[in-house]
Amino acid sequence: MTYIQKYGASCLLVVILLCIWEIGARIVNLGFILPTPIEILLKLWELREPLFLNHLPATTLVILIGLFISIVIGVGLAVWMSVNKTVEKTFYPLLISSQTIPIIALAPIFVLWFGYSIWSKVIVTVLITFFPITVNTFDGLRATNKGYKDLLLTMGASKKDIFFKLQVPGSAPNFFSGLKVAVTLSVIGAAIGEWIGAQAGLGYFSRRMMTQFDGAGVFAPIVILSAIGILFFVIVGAVEKRILKWRKTE
Amino acid sequence: MNDHELQFKNVTFQYKNETNPIIKNLDLQINKGEFVSVIGPSGSGKSTLFKLVTGLEQQTSGSILLQNKSVSNRLGQVGYMPQQDLLLPWRTIVENALLPLEIKGIKNRKAYTQVVNLLEEFGLAGVEDKFPSELSGGMRQRVSFLRSILSGAQILLLDEPFSALDAITRLSLQEWLVTQWQKRKNTILFITHDVNEALFLSDRIFIFTEKPVTELKEVNVPLGRPRTLKDLNHPKMIELKEMLLDELRAKVNL
Repeated sequence: MTYIQKYGASCLLVVILLCIWEIGARIVNLGFILPTPIEILLKLWELREPLFLNHLPATTLVILIGLFISIVIGVGLAVWMSVNKTVEKTFYPLLISSQTIPIIALAPIFVLWFGYSIWSKVIVTVLITFFPITVNTFDGLRATNKGYKDLLLTMGASKKDIFFKLQVPGSAPNFFSGLKVAVTLSVIGAAIGEWIGAQAGLGYFSRRMMTQFDGAGVFAPIVILSAIGILFFVIVGAVEKRILKWRKTE
Repeated sequence: MNDHELQFKNVTFQYKNETNPIIKNLDLQINKGEFVSVIGPSGSGKSTLFKLVTGLEQQTSGSILLQNKSVSNRLGQVGYMPQQDLLLPWRTIVENALLPLEIKGIKNRKAYTQVVNLLEEFGLAGVEDKFPSELSGGMRQRVSFLRSILSGAQILLLDEPFSALDAITRLSLQEWLVTQWQKRKNTILFITHDVNEALFLSDRIFIFTEKPVTELKEVNVPLGRPRTLKDLNHPKMIELKEMLLDELRAKVNL
């Protein structure tokens, strides 16, 4: 019941939009440019073996490695900036301005450097995803309430106590907000990387279908990509709910 | 005369970026087991006093003695109960109460049982695994008081702990606090801006007068214990209250 209340309206909208698409595409009747949703589903079924056994694992691996590196670098940098003012002054402005660089335009360079190996894709993913993780975690660490800090100090707390008992749990919600943004971006990052230079992966497959004017074949891997994004988001949300269970009562 | 829990000797304090000291050559004694209130309008230096006592700030000159010994690092020596309960929202009630023990490096089953028993004694049975957001304001303040007791300090500094509560909860917590204090025989330094609260709770009241604070006006509360709220209606108490209010009113610059 609650699920229907929660997602019913958006599901209904999706169904309506799909119907409009289906009807519109049938009227236009140019399947190689604008396939209908049903054609895409049929294509998905037809190509299920290469898509799910070959290309999906390749893309998932890029996403997971990319996210892992982003979390390590992002959290590490956030902690380093929060404990050292000089580091913050050095990195924070660079971090912000780095986001004005169009990563997509840089992707071909990484292909030149790393070839068609997995690392060119991983780097694009990392560059896109580490920013929300770093900035959110850093903001969480920086926003430590002075009242709490004073209270812990009056108990005789050390810097280490304040970091682990106050700053780390206090910034966890921010970290998860950043991670939720990052997982959705990671799918985009991996797809772009594969688009530009790869021998496997859903992005690569979609591009290959485009050269063959197979409209439904372009869309089929995109459906899977979007499903991965949603799935990862849901997983992070569930982990967040579990770890931050104190927030549910607020 | 030797049983001073807290003593200020000729203490001067000045914030770094200010030109004048906020406290100048102040002397102050609080005896063991006493309940002393400090009243004054906001901005009168009450919070500076609490920072000095807890050790969050160091005096510019003079000395601060705890149990007749000059202690330079007072952090961890004075129990502090803040104005807002400041319970960590991600910790359960028992984990919050255990925090001062944890910081002292005590983390065991025995401590846990001890805290659960104390919670029961504080009228908080059954809430140990709840989160602070699930408790009422009055309950949270009781947990906060328990936490300050578990710091193990002999002297407790309570910084307007009831000011954010509604009037009825405040009254019952005041009575509750006196009971706990009499049972545990701590020394309490209670900061407030509520004259009634100060009169009802304390043995002595200090009033923050001029700035810089060089001398605190001191009032002995002529009431025995146990007290009831009705005792405050005694003509002598009303007179005292008027006097205190006049004293404070003169200090407030609108």
